[in-house]
Order: sequence, then structure tokens, then C-alpha cells
Amino acid sequence: MSDTLLKVRGLKIGATVYPPGEKPHDIDIVHGVDFDLERGKVLGLIGESGAGKSTIGLASMAYGRGGVKITGGEVWVNGRDILKTGIKDIRKLRGAEVTYVSQSAAASFNPAKKIMDQVIEAAVEQKKFSRKDAEQRARTLFAKLGLPDPDNIGERYPHQVSGGQLQRCMTALALCPEPDLVVFDEPTTALDVTTQIDVLMAIKEAIADTGVAALYITHDLAVVAQVSDDIMVLRMGNTIEYGDTDQIINRPQDEYTQALVSVRSIEHEEKAPTPEPVLSVKNITARYKGTNFDVLHNVNVDLHPGQTLAVVGESGSGKSTLARVITGLLPPRDGQIDFAGRTLSNDLAGRSLEDLRELQMIYQMADTAMNPRQTVGTIIGRPLEFYFGLRGEEKRKRLIDLLDEIELGEKFMDRYPAELSGGQKQRVCIARSLAAKPKMIICDEVTSALDPLVADGILKLLLDLQKIENVAYLFITHDLATVRAISDSIAVMYQGRVARYGSKSEVLSPPFDDYTDLLLSSVPEMRLGWLEEVVANRKMESAGN
Amino acid sequence: MHPIVKLVAQRLALGALLLLAASALIFGLTEALPGDAAQAILGQAATAESLANLREEMGLNRPALTRYFEWLGGILTGDMGVALTNKLDIATSVASRMSNTLFLAFWAALISVPLAILLGLIAVRYQNRWPDKAISGVTLASISLPEFMIAYILIFFFAVKLFWAPSFANISPSMDLLDKLHAIALPVAVLVMVVLAHMMRMTRAAILNVMQSAYIETAELKGLTGFQVIARHAFPNAIAPIVNVVMINMAYLVVGVVVVEVVFAYPGMGQYLVDAVVKRDVPVVLACGVIFAAVYILLNIFADVVSILTNPRLRHPK
Repeated sequence: MSDTLLKVRGLKIGATVYPPGEKPHDIDIVHGVDFDLERGKVLGLIGESGAGKSTIGLASMAYGRGGVKITGGEVWVNGRDILKTGIKDIRKLRGAEVTYVSQSAAASFNPAKKIMDQVIEAAVEQKKFSRKDAEQRARTLFAKLGLPDPDNIGERYPHQVSGGQLQRCMTALALCPEPDLVVFDEPTTALDVTTQIDVLMAIKEAIADTGVAALYITHDLAVVAQVSDDIMVLRMGNTIEYGDTDQIINRPQDEYTQALVSVRSIEHEEKAPTPEPVLSVKNITARYKGTNFDVLHNVNVDLHPGQTLAVVGESGSGKSTLARVITGLLPPRDGQIDFAGRTLSNDLAGRSLEDLRELQMIYQMADTAMNPRQTVGTIIGRPLEFYFGLRGEEKRKRLIDLLDEIELGEKFMDRYPAELSGGQKQRVCIARSLAAKPKMIICDEVTSALDPLVADGILKLLLDLQKIENVAYLFITHDLATVRAISDSIAVMYQGRVARYGSKSEVLSPPFDDYTDLLLSSVPEMRLGWLEEVVANRKMESAGN
Repeated sequence: MHPIVKLVAQRLALGALLLLAASALIFGLTEALPGDAAQAILGQAATAESLANLREEMGLNRPALTRYFEWLGGILTGDMGVALTNKLDIATSVASRMSNTLFLAFWAALISVPLAILLGLIAVRYQNRWPDKAISGVTLASISLPEFMIAYILIFFFAVKLFWAPSFANISPSMDLLDKLHAIALPVAVLVMVVLAHMMRMTRAAILNVMQSAYIETAELKGLTGFQVIARHAFPNAIAPIVNVVMINMAYLVVGVVVVEVVFAYPGMGQYLVDAVVKRDVPVVLACGVIFAAVYILLNIFADVVSILTNPRLRHPK
């Protein structure tokens, strides 16, 4: 018997779609993909959304999500074509030979059952282990994956552990039945960078210890470079490039792979602060109604006209709360906000139309920030009517100017949000905020939901518009690469405080405070061996202390 | 368990307040009806003088508020008073009537609740296939027919044509259990048909809703069978909405049996209430109304508590 565990030949996958106003019809998602995976090896599947990588991963368990159907090809697991066996044999394969780790462990664990019962369920159900042995094995895995209190953590319910811990529990769930293959579907994407490193290392060590093979699905090349032996680059259901990790990262052949590797092409020269900041946040302390702890402690930052202040931090650091305070949605307990030479009312109700106009906002989810029943023209036209009273031809001319500025053009005027791609939707939201001719725009994670290449385009657009309109950005993000690309000054937030604040060059140059150091060193770098290096450094540091 | 005890106490206090409001409302409405007990007893031909005498004797001349608070004071000390028309102690009548109504409701619930949930689970398992459509069709047909109509159809076939069950569901304490069950077979069947569809459809909808969750995919990818996925992973998360609709239907079984009791001449609360309304016997109407309201409120509190208990976030705080 050869060492090939998974052999995929000519895999074709389709789905039935139900577009509004059209007849349901079948589309192809994956157009014939071939690859092999040997025992104990890791293959990275990489691509942007819609590339079909999750769909291919699930096909190795003969599973199609929703209306997705495997329409052709062969999937050989352990020497048999699983597309030709019946559902009973497929059930014996799922959870025994092949297991799955999803992106969101928080959603993938049943909230009503204890973690242990869910972790051992497949192993017991598939008669691989007795209940007692499976529990023992689960506890060993919990320990191996670095979970706290491995003997008792299984007795907890999913909501009683943190997101990073739950993601490790999901890995234990997948490894518990001693499978031959684990499909990891973006297992660290939803985590903060500092947590991502621990989970990534835990997964990598678990793979090495158990000798299990893995399909590692992600959109992040830097992450996949750390864990996989081979990489397959996918785009719109086609294989673009397939080779070993070293070759793909260091010598990509295809143009698209090269673009993925070299993404973040933006060079932004830092501007010097002006004498008069447009926004000055002074001693802001805030808490949410009905709670008894402050989520912002004495925050002080300045933003200068035509410049970008990046507010960076992990989830729960208070960066979005700061945006809510500045916009007046959450009146602070203490402190004041100076804007364009005047002091703003802390409460939204006390702000003038002029205050509202000059301070605009763009959101993370462009989808939910637009009325799906309004056309692009109506959406962008609303601030023109509301703030400037523009009507008819005058309004139309300004609309076309704005659509040209966001590089979409007049033909988009009558389209509905549902007809736009993710990047186009975000562009429309940018145009809507620019229509008010603001002095400042708060950008709340505006590129987080976008694929890297699309996000890159949005950042470039924002920088170009900044030059033309002299608008200032308060740019909230958790992504340090974005921060490097666009900011003039940076505020690093940690647990509701500004941990580090200054010009970009100051903040990103040593000596660092502990938190900024941890944050910066946690950002995956696109080179082999980076993960081991960081982990080794940290071990040395903690040994030294 | 402390927060849950506190919660139950809060709900009970709120329920008591609601009950007070309900009693005032019922009293107000009976006052607003034309005519009174004296009129009902003496009939249309009564002279003004005899009416006035009887009212004086029954105490109907005193202001409404006084009578209400007298009655309220009585109820708080456990005295429901006596019926205006036959001077019988209301508590005694209610006790036997209520036990009959509960007997009927209990058997209807015992059959309908497990049946509804089982049918709901089957409908989910075979979603949009013939078992699902058959279950939905039959239960919807039975809920769409007025209950007196179902009652008469059942009487026609099973009592008149086949002689399987009596058309008058008369039970007395001297009968043994089997005889009683035989007597109430038809009304129970009617009640089951009336409440089944609502509970079954809600079970189906609640579980289908849960079936969209990511953890259902996790369960499927563990190689579990369709029924294992539904029973182990979907059902526990659908209990709260199911319990709510079950309790609404339980309340209906107690409170809403009026029509069925009248059709089958069953000696329960419903018939008692209808008699009292016809005779303008305000104390009896009040007593029945307040008891019905109490049953309704208690069952809803019970549903609330059960849904909270099934939520692990509330049962096991961080």
C-alpha cells in the first residue's frame, strides 16, 4: 500500500443558487481539482473568499454545505473512492477517519452540552474508544494543547471558556478519535494575533505528535507557510499553483500567487503633526450603562487635519468604544472632545447638524450599513440632500463626481447593494461619507471583512481621497499591516487604556513596552520557520525573567 | 441556584399582581352586563317592587366597589362565598368541578404533548418529504375545523354509528378509572386534535431553526445519523420555545374547554361558568374567572422558568 492517504482527481462541485428575480439555476463552484496528500503531511489550501477552499475541504468528508453538491470526480480516502460509497460508509468515515475543525468554535460547539461530551462523542459513537478511554484521551489532548486545568475543563460548558481555548477544544475534538486526516478550516482567523500564535503552535505540535495528516484552509499565506508541507493556491474554483511551501512562498510562478505574496504594496510617507489638531480627545473615561467598570480609562489622543491616526488593539481593548464616544453614541463619564476648534457636546442629541456633517463614519460590514432596498444613487444622494439641500441636476452632477472618485462610475448609480461585490459596497459607503464633505471620518475595521487584495485597493483609495479632500481618518483596526500601510500616528490600546501613542515611526521603533512588543512580534511573517523562532524567543524570555 | 429562586419569586409576585388586575377586570365586565341575578331569577315579568326586594336581600344594592372589596377580602382568607342563585358554597362546587376539568385536561395533555413532539421530530427528519407533508396536512385540517364540529363528527361516528363511546361524558366519583376513561374518550380525542397542530408545528419550526446552527454541521461531520443529530443536538436547544407553546396549549386545555364540556355535557368548570354567566351569578363567575386566570398565569410562569433552566448560560454562569 502506498503512503497516499487522500487522492483527489477531477473534483467538480456545484450548487443551486436562488438569485432574486431570476429562476434558480445550478452553478459550478469548483472546476476539476487534483491533489494528493500523504500520511502525516499537511497541505495548505489558500485563496480568497469564493475560491472554493472550504468546499474542497468538506468534500474530503463527502459533505456539501447547504445546497452544495459534488458533481464529478473522485475522492479516494484510505484506498476507496468515498463518492461511490453509500451514506452508511460515509458516516463511518466522518468523525473516525476524517474530522473537521471549523473557523468559529464558538458557533460549532453545542451550547447546551458539556465540552467533554462533545469532544468524545465521535470517538465513542464510532466505537473507536470506550467512553472511559476516550475521556482519558481527551484530557491528554487538552494538556497537550496547552489548555488550563486539562482534567476538569471538559466539565465546563462552551460559554464558560474563552474563544482561543474553545478553538483548542475543537482541535481536541478533531484529534480525539485518532483520525488519519483533519480538515482545519481557518482555525485561527477569528482569533486575536497574540492568541493565534498559541493556537497555531498547539495545532502544529499536535499534528507532529499524532502523525495525523491535515488539510489546512486559510486566506492568510503567512499563517499557512508556518504549518504546511505543500500549498495549493485556488482562485474561483481553479488550481492556480500547487507546489511545496518553500517554492510557493519564495519563488511563486503564477502572477496571482505573486500578488498574494507581495500584498500590501502601499508605501505611505508619515506626515508631521500640524499645530492645530482637528480632533482632540481629552481624558475620556467611559462605561456602558448598567455596568460598574470603565471600558475606557483616561484616553488622550490627537488627530491632525488630513492625517491618519490608527487606533490598534485586540478585541475588547476599547477601540470601538472610543469611536462610540467620539460620535456621541456613548456619552463619556469624564473628559471632553474638541473638534475643529470647538468643544463637542458629549451627547449626540446636543450636537448641531454641522457637527454631524463634519464627523462621518464608515463601518466594518458595508452590507448591513446600507439599506438593501435603496439604489447606490439614493444611498449616496441622501447626505447631499440632507446637508446641502442639493436637488435635480446639481445633485446628479455631484453624485457622478463622487462615483468617479471611488472608481466605480456613473453606471453604478441605479444598482442595488446586492448587485455589488464586497469591495464595491465598501466604496459606496466611502462615497456616502465623503458626500457630507467631512473634516474627519472614523473608519471602524473597514477592511477586516475583505480579501487582502480587495482591502489593499480600498486602502489605496482612502489614501488618494485623503490627498484630494484633506480629510482626517481615525482608523480603527486590529491588523498591524494595515496600520503600517496608512497611518501617520498610532495609538495602541490595551484593556481600555492607551498603551503607546505617538507618530508612526516612534510607535513602531524600539524600545517597546511589553504589550506592543507582544503585539508586533505576534503578526505572522511570510517566511518559513517564523513561528518556531517566535515561540523559542518567548520561551527564552520567560526563562530569563 | 440563588438567582433562579429570586427570579421565580419575582415572577410569582408579578403573577399575583396580574391576578388582582384580572379579578377587577372580570368584576367590571360582569357589572357592565345588562341585568343582574335578581332579574335572572325572577324573569322578565317581575315587578319593580319584587326586584328591589330581592336585590336588597341579595345585597346587590350596595355600591359595586364595596361588593368587590368584600369579595376580595373573602378570597384572600380562602372564602369564595356562596352562589347567589342556589346558596351553595362556591368552594365546594368548584373543587369537584375543577378536579373533573383537570382530569380531562390531564389525559388530553398526556396524549397530545408526547405525540406532538414526536410528530414534530418526524416532520423535521423527513422535512419536505411525504411524512412531513402528511403530518402537517392532517394536523392543520384538525385545527382548522371548529371544535364543536369535530365533536359532533366524532359523536356521529363513534357514539351513534359504532357505539364505541358514549356521547355524554358523564363521570362521577363512584366510577372506577377505566369507566371514567371510557366516558371521556371522545372529549379527550377532540381536545387532542385541537391542540396537536399548534404544538407540533412549533416543535418543527423550533428544531428547524436550530438545524441551521454551525454545531449541527459539527454533529453531522461526526458521522451521527439524522435522528441522533436531531435528538441529541437540535432538540435540547429547541426546548425553550417548545415548552412555551406546550404551556399555552395546556392552559387552553384547562381554560378553553368550555365548548367541549358543553357539547359533551361534562360536569367541569366550563359548564359551571356558562351556567353562572346565564344566571348573572357574579360570585361564581368571579371565582371561575380568577381560577382560570391563575391557571393561565401559573403555567406561563412555569414555562418561563423551564426555558431559563434549559439555558446553560443562565444555569451555569461564568
